[in-house]
Parts: sequence; C-alpha cells; structure tokens
Amino acid sequence: MSEAQAVDPAMLPVDIRDVSKKFAARQALDGIRLTMQPGESLGLLGPNGAGKSTLIRAIAGLRRPDSGEIRVFGHPAGGAQAKACLGYVPQELALYPILSPRENLLAFGRYQGLRGAALEAAVERGLRWTGLEERRNDKSGSLSGGMRRRLNMAAGAIHDPRLFLLDEPTVGVDPQSRERIYDMIGEMRQQGVSLIYTSHYMEEVERLCDRIAIIDHGRIIASGTRQELVSQTVGERQMLQMDCGAPLPPPLQERLAPWSAMVEGQCVRVAVEKPADDMRALLDLFHAHQVPVRNLNLSSPTLESVFLHLTGKELRE
Amino acid sequence: MILSVARTHLARLRRDSAGFVLSFVVPIVFFSIFTVVFGGGGRSGSSMVVRLAVVDQDQSEMSRRYAEALGKHRNLSILPAPDASQGGALAATEQAIRKGALPAAIVFPQGFGAQTLAGGDSAPSPSVVLLVDSASNPFAAPVLSRVLEQIAVAQRLQPEPAAVATAQVEEKLLKIETRDLLGAGKENPWIALSAAGLGVMFLFFTTSTAGGAIIDEADNGTLERILCTRVGMTRLLMGKMVYLSGLATVQLSVMFIWGALFFGLPLRGHVTGFLVMTVVTSLAASAFGLVLAAACRTRTQLTAISNLAVLVMSALGGSLYPRFLMPEFIQKLGLLTLNAWALDGFVKVFWRDESVLMLWPQVLVLTCAAAMLLFVARRLATRWEAF
Repeated sequence: MSEAQAVDPAMLPVDIRDVSKKFAARQALDGIRLTMQPGESLGLLGPNGAGKSTLIRAIAGLRRPDSGEIRVFGHPAGGAQAKACLGYVPQELALYPILSPRENLLAFGRYQGLRGAALEAAVERGLRWTGLEERRNDKSGSLSGGMRRRLNMAAGAIHDPRLFLLDEPTVGVDPQSRERIYDMIGEMRQQGVSLIYTSHYMEEVERLCDRIAIIDHGRIIASGTRQELVSQTVGERQMLQMDCGAPLPPPLQERLAPWSAMVEGQCVRVAVEKPADDMRALLDLFHAHQVPVRNLNLSSPTLESVFLHLTGKELRE
Repeated sequence: MILSVARTHLARLRRDSAGFVLSFVVPIVFFSIFTVVFGGGGRSGSSMVVRLAVVDQDQSEMSRRYAEALGKHRNLSILPAPDASQGGALAATEQAIRKGALPAAIVFPQGFGAQTLAGGDSAPSPSVVLLVDSASNPFAAPVLSRVLEQIAVAQRLQPEPAAVATAQVEEKLLKIETRDLLGAGKENPWIALSAAGLGVMFLFFTTSTAGGAIIDEADNGTLERILCTRVGMTRLLMGKMVYLSGLATVQLSVMFIWGALFFGLPLRGHVTGFLVMTVVTSLAASAFGLVLAAACRTRTQLTAISNLAVLVMSALGGSLYPRFLMPEFIQKLGLLTLNAWALDGFVKVFWRDESVLMLWPQVLVLTCAAAMLLFVARRLATRWEAF
C-alpha cells in the first residue's frame, strides 16, 4: 500500500500485516494484509464463514492472531489504547434487554470511562442518533428489531470512537429501519470516523463504503473501489441473461463459445460489449437453432458479478 | 406434536452432554452423601454417638465402674478430660464446654461411690452432674441421662439379679443434675442458628445463580462488547464480586431482621459480630458463585453443579442438619466447606456471646477462601478472553 507509507503509522486506523488465524483444522484468516486510511470507509464483503467476523474481532482484540500483527492507530490491537480508539458493534444484539435504552447507554458509557456530564451528554446524543428519545425508558427487550439494532450501534459508539467496527449491523432488519441505519452510518462518515463494515449484502457495501475488500476462505482476494474491482475482473461489459424455452443443442453451445457464455440448464449468461449489436446477433443465432428465447435481461456489472468471477460461486452461497 | 416438542428438548439436552450427565449424576451423588452424613454410611445404622468427657472427682471403685461402663457404651465416645491444673477439673471442663472445645461431660463428684453403696430407702440418691451445651448437641442431655440410668440399674442388679422394675428404681438409684452451660437463660436460642444455617445455604444459591449472568452475557455477545471497553476481565469479575457480596449481605441481613422482628431472634447486642460474619460469608459465597459460573459452559450445567455443590456443602457444613449429629469423620470433613466456618462464626456470635476478636479464625478462613476462589474464577475466565 503506497498510500500507507505516506501517512504517519499512528494515524492509520488499521494496519494489518500478514495475519493468520486457525480454529482447529479450519483456516479462518490466511495471511491478511490490509491498511486503512484516516476517515476511510472499508467494506468487507464475503459469504458466511469467509472470515469477516474473525477479522473484525481480531481488530477489536477479541481474537488473537496465530501470526502477524494488527495495529489500531499505531497501537497493538487488544491493548487499552487501541480499545479506547475503537467502537465495536457485534452481529448479536449485545444489550441488556431488561434495561431501558438510556440505562444500556449509561452502562456502556461507564464501561468506556465516561462520567458525569460527559456521560449524560453522550447518552442524550446516542438517543437522538438512534431516534429512541421517546422510548428511552422502555425495556430494550420490548423494542422492535430495527430499534434494537440502532441501539446496538449506539452502545458501540457511545464514546465517540475514531474507528467504528460494524459486523453485519443490518441483519434481520426491515428496509425502513435499514435506511435509518444507513443514515446513522452516513452521519459518522461525515464526522470523519473510519469505518469497517462487514456484510454479505453488496448493495450496502457499495452504498456505504469507499473501498471494498472481498474476502473468501480467510483471504482478501481483491480490494479497491467498486469501479476498480469491476474493471480488474469482469470489465465494463454488461451481462445479458437469456432464459430459453428449450435445452441448448451442442452446436449452439459451440457457437456461443466466443462470447464466453455460461450455460446453466436453459439459462445463458453472456458478457456483451455492444449490447444492441450483440443482442441482435445472439437472437439470430438462437432463432437459427430453433431455440425460443422467452426472457432477456441486460444488467451492468455488479459486485455479485465480481464475486462470481473471482470465486466461481454466488455471494450468498 | 407433543412428542415432537419432547424430542426437541431431548435433542437439546443431548447437545449439552455435561448437563445431560449431571442431570443423572447429581441425584445419585447427593443421595449417597446424605446417606453417609445422616445414616452412618449405611453400615452402623442411625445410632447417634455422643462425644463427652468423664470427670471422676470421686475416684472410687463405683465411679470407675460407671466410667468403664460409659466407655464401653456404643453410643458414647469418650474424649480426654481437660487439663485440670488450674481451677480444678470441674471449672476446666465447664470452660472447655463454653468455648466449644467439648460438647458434654459427666462429672462424678466426691462421695458418689459412698452414696451409691449406702443404698436403702432413707439414704440420699447418688448424684451425677451432666454438663452440656444444648447448642452443640441438644440431644446430649437426654441421651446421657438415659445411659446413666441404664448403667445404674445394671450396677444395682449385679449383686442381686432379681427382677426389679427399672422405672420404679431409677429415681432412687441416681440423681442426675443437668447444667446447660450456654443455652440456659437464652430466649429462642435456636432461631439464630436456624437463620444462619438456612441463610448461608440460600446465600450460596443466590450467588451461584446471579453469578451465572456472565454465561448469559457470553451467549448474547454482551461479554465481547464489554471486553472491548476499558473494563477488562479482572475488573469485570471484581465488579460482579462487589455486586454479589452486596446482594448477599442484604439478603442475610433481611433474613435476620425478619427473625428479630417476628421470631425473637436476638440480633440486638450482636450486631457487630453479625455484620462481620455476614460480610465475610458474603464475600466467600460471591467468589464461590463466580467460580461455578466461570467453570460452567451453559446455564444447565451451572444449575446442576451449583445445586449439587450447595446442597452437599450445606449437608456437610451443618446448614441442613447439625454437624454434631454426624459421624466424627464427617464432622471433620465438614470443615472443608464454607458453610461450616460461617456457621461456627454465627454460633460464636449468637450462642457463645464471644467478642468480635474471637471470630478471627472464621474471618481468616472465609476471607482467604474468597481470595483463592476469586483467583480461580479469574483463571477459568481466561477462556472468554482473546483466543
């Protein structure tokens, strides 16, 4: 990372060098190297079990790497100074359901060393941020799933961290609450907080993150902006999906080879550079082989295509 | 559908293999221990053994015969009489009983043999003095009286083995003077001991259940979040210790205040000693609760193990059943439990009216136990930290 060399290491939110971690026979992290820039929002994209949560826990100091080193703003991960810099939002709703939102925020604020007026101010800020001011004294367990997710975030951000780690914060949340969470994250980004956001929802990562790291089998297999990832892998070609009314005969499949078509049953996916011309040519070809085309779908390259290209499997597998 | 629900729960139980085993092992272990503690190990029946010293001031042939008969009795265990170098044998024995070093004693005063041999309806009955502490063993006095009467009848019948109605001759054969050195004059003497016994047992139940909150925190991710803050595991455990100790102190205090208000428990006049014992007992109970919670993987395991541990400790330590009624080796084994030390302290406060300074052995043992258990809990809790 050439940019990393230009910045004071103590300013780097996260600097990960060759980190590996194994649980029994399973290699959870495999030689991870990653550097974040101040104020950067990094998305970790990968399927379940890819190593996203293990990596985020290692940054939070909750997992000890077998080898390699992780630094948070220049401090070793897991140390008191590193912990003071970061806020962690686990996948689980890590709250006290019997306590009210206000009491939960008070508890986690105290755990972060806040006292007196600073604590009260942080709690009020958290309640405003989450939109839970009117539910401040209700039991947290009685809140809706979306409200609890927001409270879960506020509990991790109560001490104004410089680095915010969010591990799939929108799991099980309805679209409306998800938008609210996106807004909350947007506010943090505006304040210059560095973010690491794990998800297997690519649209979230595309929307919220400056840079995306695709992780699979404990390795970062690609990283960059969305455009960089697309151009490095599938290119800017659009994807044409054709649903046919009959199986594709072998002669037709041979004729499709120059398009690098992917055939799955009666479905064909083809990367096209000139959509109008290519579509016309393909329809003629199918017509010549007497294979009816029932549906055509043209789409721009997505992270899903990138992931499919890199790993050979769907993101949500 | 009903069976499906049952099968699901069975599958969950099978997943928690430790809990599965414990659910069968706990009742067996508990049954076995209770049988040993209360039933003499299932070999010697349930006969109670009274431990006592024999003080023979008479040194006559008759008193020796009585002492010999006492020594042979299967329900009696004769302990060495206290050193009588200062203040005479009787005073030394009384002092030993007051201090709890001796549960009971039979004193054959001077002239006992002569009175026995005098016989005749007009002659005074020979006197024997029974020194007991009804707190240490309330059954000592009736048991020893009965044994002495049996011996008296046997001694009387030896020279002329005619059929004599025992009930008719008992009063004339022997005059037994019973002196309860500690219980006499006390109002509701058993209330404090009962409150202490049950109170300490429930203290352990409370702390082991409340201590299990850390298992819930680990399950729902709250523990990970806490470990990401400035609160490390050591501070977390210390904080829990403070909370549990406070909870336990209030619980025991409420119980004793209730006893004082409605059952005449003599709390007034013993407040300082009570508070000292309550605080150290609460500390030990809290650390004990944390050890159990840190050692268990699931709530099911914790429930099974804490029930077993608390009930066994309570049985051996005297919370459920007086230790003086247990076989001697079980009494000694009981000293390995926190209950026994706690109850000994409360007995000193409420029964023996001893000063707070005299509580030092119990305070020392319970405080050291609390420190050691907290250390063990901290070591066990490393499994929740970064791995």
